[in-house]
Amino acid sequence: MHETDMTKALIFTVKDWLSTQSEKQQIEKIHLVVGQFTCVEPASLKFAFEVQTRNTFLEGVELIIKDIPLIAFCHLCQHEYKPQIGLQYSCPDCNSPMEDIRSGRELKIDHIEYSTIEESAHDKLRALKD
Amino acid sequence: MHQTFDAAIELNLLHANQDGADHNRAHFDQWGITCLNLMSSPGAGKTVLLEKTLAALQDKISMAVIEGDMTTELDADRLRQYNVPVIPINTGRSCHLDSKMVAGGIHTLQHQHHPEAIDLVLVENVGNLVCPAEFEVGEHAKVALLSVTEGEDKPLKYPVMFQEADCLLITKIDLVPYLDVDLERIINNVRQMNPKVEIFSVSAKTEQGLDLWFDWLLTKVQK
Ligand SMILES: Nc1nc2c(ncn2[C@@H]2O[C@H](COP(=O)(O)OP(=O)(O)OP(=O)(O)O)[C@@H](O)[C@H]2O)c(=O)[nH]1
Ligand SMILES: [Mg+2]
Ligand SMILES: [Zn+2]
Repeated sequence: MHETDMTKALIFTVKDWLSTQSEKQQIEKIHLVVGQFTCVEPASLKFAFEVQTRNTFLEGVELIIKDIPLIAFCHLCQHEYKPQIGLQYSCPDCNSPMEDIRSGRELKIDHIEYSTIEESAHDKLRALKD
Repeated sequence: MHQTFDAAIELNLLHANQDGADHNRAHFDQWGITCLNLMSSPGAGKTVLLEKTLAALQDKISMAVIEGDMTTELDADRLRQYNVPVIPINTGRSCHLDSKMVAGGIHTLQHQHHPEAIDLVLVENVGNLVCPAEFEVGEHAKVALLSVTEGEDKPLKYPVMFQEADCLLITKIDLVPYLDVDLERIINNVRQMNPKVEIFSVSAKTEQGLDLWFDWLLTKVQK
């Protein structure tokens, strides 16, 4: 269910961003970065996004999710390691607890691909002529 | 050719919730209130723990409860018997509290009660091991509960809440003799992702271990 709320937050943030833009734009793709050490499941998020954007300004927009692995740093061994989510989080070499998470907690909109509305109308006209 | 543009955004999805949480915390700080966010799976014992806590500490400090019961006011009704403000938040179908809902609770607290006189606000989150951890509500500390009947592996499987918790209560330890559960393993599983967490093993039923929880709570109170 939390994907519903994340999607709401996503739509809200995009709307906010659009309102700061001077030209009218058609959003085509939204690129998200989602860490593996978050409560968000990419497949569920994609599904929720599709459902919740029906009949809105974001209908048909593609959501592209980049999965970021959980990476921790062991200060004793001075190296990074990938904890096995669900199984083991401590350092595989020295068993020190996971204290310093270097990546995997991300939940952000990274970038947005769009075309300006005039441009795309123009493109359509050109495509018809060709 | 179709011309597209690319705009870097770099905005956190939880940005708005985080701002709201910081705003709530500023209110609490202004009144000298400590706020704790109690989180667990459904039925781990949050409400019973609150009842015991209200009963034990009501002569020492002034408390209020913000109650995130999903659809009913059942939990809120149980807590009202202790003569403290209990502010129910109907979370609808949402599976967690967010900072906006709690802001509504703070508004009620401000207009119907005397927040300057309150020392501690206990927030009972919606029973859910997954999402509440991602939605800060303005708390000063996060308290996770895990009952002994849930299995030792839950912290490994639902790590975010346990990794973020400042305090973990292992609840219902009166049931240990009837179960194949290894308390040490629960503790180790939590510690391997959160070495700093305070852990107390308690039974609200027999009251075993509750005094340590009360002591910890009192150290958190600001005034
Ligand atoms: N044996 C035993 N049972 C307990 C203990 N604490 C709570 N329970 C029982 O566990 C059940 C759930 O307790 P609640 O306090 O309602 O749990 P909760 O976390 O508030 O539940 P939700 O709000 O629905 O998520 C009740 O039947 C309680 O009586 C305990 O220390 N020992
Ligand atoms: Mg409850
Ligand atoms: Zn190591």
